[in-house]
Amino acid sequence: MTQLAGGSGVTGPAPRVPADPGPGGGRGRRGRLPGGNRRSQRSREESRTGLALISPTVVIVVVVVVLPILWTVSLAFQSVRLLNIRTTGILGDYTLGNFTGVLTSPGFLQALLTTVLYSVLGTTLAISVGLAAALALRAPFRGRGAVRAAMLLPYVAPVVAATFVWSTMLNPQFGLVNHVGTRWLGWDEPIAFLSARSTEMSLLGWDVQVPTALLTVILFEGWRSFPFAFLFLTARLGAVPEVLDEAARVDGATPTQRFRHILWPQLVPTIAVLSVLRFIWTFNNFDDIYLLTGGGAGTEVVSVRVFDYLTARGDIGAAAAQALVLAAILAVLVGIYLKRFGKEEEQA
Amino acid sequence: MSGSVLARPPSRSAARDGGFNRDRFENGVLRVLRPLVIVLLLVVAVFPFYYMVLLSFRSLDSLLQDPGALWVSVDELNLDTYVDVLTPVADGGQGFGTFIRNSLLVALGTVVLSLLVAIPGAYAVSRLQFFGRRQVSALFLAVYFFPSILLAVPLFVFFTRIGLRGSLVGLLVVYVAQVAAVSIYMLRNYFTTIPVSLEEAAAIDGCTRLQAMRRISLPLAMPAIVSNGLFIFMIAWNEFLFALLFLVERRDRWTVSLGLSQLSGSIEVPTTILMAGSVILTLPIIVLFFASERLLVGGLTAGAEKG
Repeated sequence: MTQLAGGSGVTGPAPRVPADPGPGGGRGRRGRLPGGNRRSQRSREESRTGLALISPTVVIVVVVVVLPILWTVSLAFQSVRLLNIRTTGILGDYTLGNFTGVLTSPGFLQALLTTVLYSVLGTTLAISVGLAAALALRAPFRGRGAVRAAMLLPYVAPVVAATFVWSTMLNPQFGLVNHVGTRWLGWDEPIAFLSARSTEMSLLGWDVQVPTALLTVILFEGWRSFPFAFLFLTARLGAVPEVLDEAARVDGATPTQRFRHILWPQLVPTIAVLSVLRFIWTFNNFDDIYLLTGGGAGTEVVSVRVFDYLTARGDIGAAAAQALVLAAILAVLVGIYLKRFGKEEEQA
Repeated sequence: MSGSVLARPPSRSAARDGGFNRDRFENGVLRVLRPLVIVLLLVVAVFPFYYMVLLSFRSLDSLLQDPGALWVSVDELNLDTYVDVLTPVADGGQGFGTFIRNSLLVALGTVVLSLLVAIPGAYAVSRLQFFGRRQVSALFLAVYFFPSILLAVPLFVFFTRIGLRGSLVGLLVVYVAQVAAVSIYMLRNYFTTIPVSLEEAAAIDGCTRLQAMRRISLPLAMPAIVSNGLFIFMIAWNEFLFALLFLVERRDRWTVSLGLSQLSGSIEVPTTILMAGSVILTLPIIVLFFASERLLVGGLTAGAEKG
């Protein structure tokens, strides 16, 4: 890699060398100004160096990301199983069977709905908590830096460790949460947070079925990614001109009024970007749900389903088709969002 | 705190009108609410990690006897969990030593390789005009947002086919491909903050472009490169999905993340012992995180043009 870069450095003339008639110099003889000649010469050298420097990354990304994804598209239209993979070529019998099979299979629409619900609620929760944290930590106090750093822990910690400690705390037999709940909060019996599809709860005299496991993984998602929103919003809050806030204060605006009319308009673009980012990542999320519930108890999202098709069933064609459907739906949702919000932002 | 001091003059003038004062009321509520929110969020964010460390020092029996204990007394303190988790499988332990070695190999390899390709790439994207620059940037951004499960399908099939499953090298290549694009994005932003005039000055002194890059821009970008390296290390160390797909059948190749997740699925290994493994998995990340936080504070280019 470094050799490649060094090589292009030798061929490229140093910027200070005046109009070196190199191999590409013939182009400038068409009656152009000498300055233009030099510029095109230099820009060609620059272009060569640039391509040489970027090409290793491009090659590895194309080979390990782009080509495999194109291959996924091909696989999705073939009837491929892990058992017959060695005999399957690029040019197989193309069929729509995987897509019709996947779309009509029991549980796919449910998984899709769960994915959307999980992403929307998880994103909303993460951004709301992140905003509350950013606002609460806006005014300086002693030890604020340490508090801010500590707030980021859930986001930087390894997902396997985080899910493990939470599933231990939520364990019905010896989990801390259930211990506290049954001992101090008057719960009748421990709640199986991660393995119960739903729990009956009485809310204002009504008996409501609460999707326990799904709510738990959404709360976990909020816990894990609120620091990300917090980080972004803190940075944005720091960039809001003090003068605005002070002027409003002098005019007698109350804190909520100042938030509504001064801070909020400044934060909206950041929140819009955050929503897109978090939504994409939550929508694609595999690790958290797989590690917490394994996709059971009504928490099966599409990515976990793809994984099951791929490994447990070895049905590669169906797995590829589902992954493609997931990506396509994501693209459509983000596209709609960007179209609507992009316009609103322009108006604002 | 300073906010309340500044807020006083208008509220006092409004108070003269008498009656209910919304400003004073809101300020009062917020003065109580703010510390409450801070403490609550802090507890929520930090407590699970405290609990992780706590459990790692207890034995399973004491956990089952008293699940609610929030501290561990000195005579109850139990370091056997760490011994057990680190002992090789052959000697009846969990063999986390091997997992740590694997994780380190993959993570450090990813850092070195990614930086090797990303630094020149980031320099090119930030400094040089070349054909397809915008397309390349768009491609890298797309990689960042791609569902990794979509990539998992073909890579799983491909590595199965060429027999690279169960090899750390295969995992390394996948990590580099995913991380290099992101890291070009991060480094690019830093390179653009380094004044071009510094390199121009070097060019006048007779440096070629690559000499200028190596001698001027690279040292100046060092804080960004180091923190980027730490960031890559954290990603590779934490990664789970591809490790699971590629390595699950070979216990001697498991990373720490994979090992912990696999062992926590079985009933044979006591929770508190795995908690020790969990601490071993988390601790390097937290140490690196706090280290890189300080590193980021560096305005090396400030004033470079004046002197």
